[in-house]
Amino acid sequence: MNMPTDQAALDALIRQRLDEILPQKLEELKAAKTPSMSIIATKGTLDWAYPPFILASTAAALGWDVSIFFTFYGLNLLKHDIGGLKVSPLGNPGMPMKMPFGPDWFKGINWNIPNFVQAGIPGFEAVATQLMQQTIKNNGVATIGELRSLSQEAGVKLIACQMTVELFGFSHDDFIDGVDYAGAATFLPVAQESDVCLFV
Amino acid sequence: MDFDKELDAKGLNCPLPILRAKKALADMGSGQVLRIMTTDPGSVKDFAAFAKQTGNELLSSAEKGKEFEFYIKRK
Repeated sequence: MNMPTDQAALDALIRQRLDEILPQKLEELKAAKTPSMSIIATKGTLDWAYPPFILASTAAALGWDVSIFFTFYGLNLLKHDIGGLKVSPLGNPGMPMKMPFGPDWFKGINWNIPNFVQAGIPGFEAVATQLMQQTIKNNGVATIGELRSLSQEAGVKLIACQMTVELFGFSHDDFIDGVDYAGAATFLPVAQESDVCLFV
Repeated sequence: MDFDKELDAKGLNCPLPILRAKKALADMGSGQVLRIMTTDPGSVKDFAAFAKQTGNELLSSAEKGKEFEFYIKRK
């Protein structure tokens, strides 16, 4: 008849010991785990090429496991030559239009150019892209090519969506070495285990 | 402060100073000290976070005019 009492005493003891041991154990487990991040890169323009590669290379420098999945226009970021990435100010009211040269008062001017003018001038996008490339250079910001090779060197896994490769009529030869080709079923289990998961 | 290696990351912007520092530290031995100079104001918080996350010790972080100086001891 003294079973329930023994059981209650045992439960109380276990609870007490758990309270003592668990916080430290959890800390140890947390410290032993390598943080991880997975990113989906869906954009193929010069401006949107930055977030995935900046975050991936930095996370790798912090010792994290990182994977980037490239799909749709993001595939452009895996091509051999990414010097052709462009930026479009058209329909992008958030983009400052400033000149990367001249005296400070001139550089400070934000050129508000209406969309219909931007759309009507041939080569407007090419000029805007050149201006942004110059601004990037002036500010000591890394090029996409630089960030991409640093990411690869640091062990960031680059995975291309095979479905979009075929959809867009690309071939594996269009892309740099070291890229894996897979689909959504590969990404999801990686994402599930990731501490940080981003869609860019 | 004594140091074993120096990294000039002046004029470079996020995340290049961190990436270069990580590379420099990889070539160093445990306990050796890396001195880093930057001009990116964001690097002050970034190097503190980098040290905390990677376990390399940030011995000092100082602002010298428009430049920033860090000493990091490799773990």
